[in-house]
Amino acid sequence: MSKHVFVFAEQRDGVVQKVSYELIGEARRLAGELAQQVVAVLVGADVGKSARSLIAAGADEVIVIEHPILKEYVTEPYAKAVYAVVQARAPEIFLYGATAIGRDLAPRVSARVHTGLTADCTSLAIDSETKDLRMTRPAFGGNIMATILCSNHRPQMATVRPGVMQALEPDDTRTGSITKFDVAFTDADMNITIRQVVKASKKAADITEAKVLVSGGRGIGSPEAFETLRALADAFGGEISSSRANVDAGWIGRERQVGQTGKTVRPDLYVACGISGAIQHLAGMEDAEYILAINKNKEAPIFGVADLGIVGDVNVIVPKLTEALKKRQA
Amino acid sequence: MKIIVCIKQVPDTTEVKLDPVTGTLIREGVPSIINPDDKSGIEAALQLKERLPGSTVTILSMGLPQVDVAMREALAMGADDAILLSDRPLGGADTWATSSTVAAAIKKLDYDLIICGRQAIDGDTAQVGPQIAEHLGLPQVTYVEAIEAASEEQLVVRRQFEDRYHIVEVKLPCLITTLSELNAPRYMSVGGVFDAYREKTVQLWNLENIKDTVDMDSIGLKGSPTRVAKSGTKEVKGQGELFEVNPDEAVAVILEKLTAKHII
Amino acid sequence: MDFSLSKEHKLLQEMYRRFAENEVKPLAEEIDEEERFPAETVEKLARYGFLGIPFPKEYGGQGGDVLAYVMAVEELSRVCGTTGVIVSAHTSLCAAPIYENGTEAQKQKYLPDLLAGKKLGAFGLTEPGAGTDAAGQETRAVLDGDNYILNGTKIFITNAGQADIYIIFAMTDKAKGTKGISAFIVEKDFPGFAVGKKERKMGIRASSTAELIMENCVVPKENLLGKEGKGFSIAMKTLDGGRIGIAAQALGLGEGAISETIQYVKERKQFGRRISQQQNTQFQLADMHTKMEAAKYLVYAAAMKKENQEPYSNDAAMAKLFAAEAASDVTRRCVQLFGGYGYTREYPVERMMRDAKITEIYEGTSEVQKMVIAGALGIK
Repeated sequence: MSKHVFVFAEQRDGVVQKVSYELIGEARRLAGELAQQVVAVLVGADVGKSARSLIAAGADEVIVIEHPILKEYVTEPYAKAVYAVVQARAPEIFLYGATAIGRDLAPRVSARVHTGLTADCTSLAIDSETKDLRMTRPAFGGNIMATILCSNHRPQMATVRPGVMQALEPDDTRTGSITKFDVAFTDADMNITIRQVVKASKKAADITEAKVLVSGGRGIGSPEAFETLRALADAFGGEISSSRANVDAGWIGRERQVGQTGKTVRPDLYVACGISGAIQHLAGMEDAEYILAINKNKEAPIFGVADLGIVGDVNVIVPKLTEALKKRQA
Repeated sequence: MKIIVCIKQVPDTTEVKLDPVTGTLIREGVPSIINPDDKSGIEAALQLKERLPGSTVTILSMGLPQVDVAMREALAMGADDAILLSDRPLGGADTWATSSTVAAAIKKLDYDLIICGRQAIDGDTAQVGPQIAEHLGLPQVTYVEAIEAASEEQLVVRRQFEDRYHIVEVKLPCLITTLSELNAPRYMSVGGVFDAYREKTVQLWNLENIKDTVDMDSIGLKGSPTRVAKSGTKEVKGQGELFEVNPDEAVAVILEKLTAKHII
Repeated sequence: MDFSLSKEHKLLQEMYRRFAENEVKPLAEEIDEEERFPAETVEKLARYGFLGIPFPKEYGGQGGDVLAYVMAVEELSRVCGTTGVIVSAHTSLCAAPIYENGTEAQKQKYLPDLLAGKKLGAFGLTEPGAGTDAAGQETRAVLDGDNYILNGTKIFITNAGQADIYIIFAMTDKAKGTKGISAFIVEKDFPGFAVGKKERKMGIRASSTAELIMENCVVPKENLLGKEGKGFSIAMKTLDGGRIGIAAQALGLGEGAISETIQYVKERKQFGRRISQQQNTQFQLADMHTKMEAAKYLVYAAAMKKENQEPYSNDAAMAKLFAAEAASDVTRRCVQLFGGYGYTREYPVERMMRDAKITEIYEGTSEVQKMVIAGALGIK
């Protein structure tokens, strides 16, 4: 009998990734509906000290697999570890962050287990009748939403888009158990040699963390216009971001791209400047708390989702808005 | 080096529009293209072939007969041969069934390297490549953003993560998945198009061709652990207020509304 | 009679359109403004086989057919008239006469580089005093030992200054009239060969159009193309083929203008509605589209006849006459539908209109085409 909601607690350099906490928060909700538990699976080298934070985030149990071979992510050692847990514990559900690690690991494990895997989910629910997991995710380039079921295989596996689920407030009074799990690794498991690990040099701005985003689309007209947007972002204490078009044109880095093939953001305020509002872009920002859109074209689709729409020239309005804000703050 | 490139023909989802009247997707007239990540895979294979003379590039796809034109395009770019796996029972496959079937076909072939695109722009799962690697018991390197070195024994590639990259060495045979950032795929050449139809062939395979390697319980809709319960266009957040006023008035309105919402 | 495109031609058309959209269109406005020959585009064209389409692989060609070549010129011209004519002049007016009239040695020497696009070709017939009256050649060629010595001036030569190989026509025997004209393969580095003044033109401004000046230009006698005295007939036959290329250029220009206009009229609003909703707009576009479709069939039919080695001179003349006049008419009407914006260089239609005009003039004016057609009808 398969039981419990498992979460792959992704870590890098021993630091548990934000998405893992989001997944545990969501797993708590799902486990509640199933009257089952949340089990976090922490895999790495010397990571045991992070187990407590997973319990504080909502895990009832943390399975810890520690071994030097797991220091940097390589598919086979991690797949072997997770597979061993699946075989030993028969989870009902197994969630992974849809990250560059999760999207490499989960398919490999799902094929080894012979179960279904649904990618990049943005919403999960327990079916009231069958108790199956209903996994909803964008498809067709973000143009449609599909709900997927994995009725006859266990665990039901899903990778979940970062930035969508809600982590719980960490509660240090929560209790839970920590289980050390041994996996017999051999040298042959390391079937790839890492010659070099190169980390991103500067602390790249994480637009998913920003509370206010001032975002530029094709309509801003030139790469220099991002300076105008940056001034407004600074006045708000936020960050700048971009639609795909400007990133493809080389006007700004890909780490600032919002959208279906970029990042999903949920800021308190999203200022869409000169962004037409193509579906692929909306997919990345439509869950923002408040959307302000400025565009010359009254018919632009962005106005269909904006809380406040201003028809006008971004390069005229934004500097005035920045000035007005600075005056207020003075 | 014997290279197999797995490709998928997909609708160009970047060109799909919503019907303003009905709110549904307009699917007719959407051009079919080779999935962009896969095309980078083809280009990577062709560049490896140029680096290692004597290499061959075979294109493999599973789909409807009309996928022939995508195979011809790959041949026109310079691939040597192509196999299109097409049979009714294969339809409706999820990623498990697709990868099982494709792996069964690959087992019939000689290869040193399998290249898959990282993900398709219609399914967006990024699952089939790694699942094929598992079925074949091959080491996998996904998110390949650069190929630094290649020999008949191994590849050295740059594997992308959000916050870092790894330079990894992997021995052949192995499977890699390619990002469209990896390269700028070449166009077909004029002579290449004529060759694709006159000199080269697209072999049509069906279940008969893979009957001794395929697991009949893992094909098509019936062999798929996951299925689509429902799908539809997203409910879009409703429209708020729209103002068409002069810039100074606009700024005043913005400040008023943001203050009311306690954003400033 | 099957009017549908074969699978090869459909796939080629797809490739041509993507290439034109991504590699040629982004430069079209800039090169026209700056009158700058797009050398970087020519390099890409060479790489993908555009400069050797209808020639066999044994000489380094792409093994394609005349229709494939015509469609290439059409699709390139749809976004940039200049790029279309660079390919057309090189292919029809330089590579083709060498292929059709050259000795094996000449073909082996010149075709591989031309068809690979390593060298660009041009054609020098027109002179200050010999335009439509092409037979009035003043350029002289005199045999002196192992060389011909050429003296004279050519004007309005497309690709002049950028090309490496020129097919030059000169009088070897004035007494024989047209039967005294001979053709020569001239390399730009032959002593006494120079490129003169570059023309400032109304349209196809990035196409390099200039004078050629031959002052005691030394041309080895092996470079005589065909026999002495056969030059005029070679020129006429070459122009027959070239006409199909120019017809394709005109076809592309008209189609491109219509495409741009359809997009514009769906966006532009006046009187509270899109101008595409106005019946005048609809009727104009219906009419123009029909004209260009008719032109397309004439052009493709001429191409098929040449491919099948049937007589095609009359078909080529009709295709060029019709397509050129249609393109001029259509592009002008497209500017009109754009209104004031169409007159500015912000939008491409005024450039297309300027580009279209030359198709009624070069490689045989519309009047010359009518002479050919009337001749074919036997009207004397």
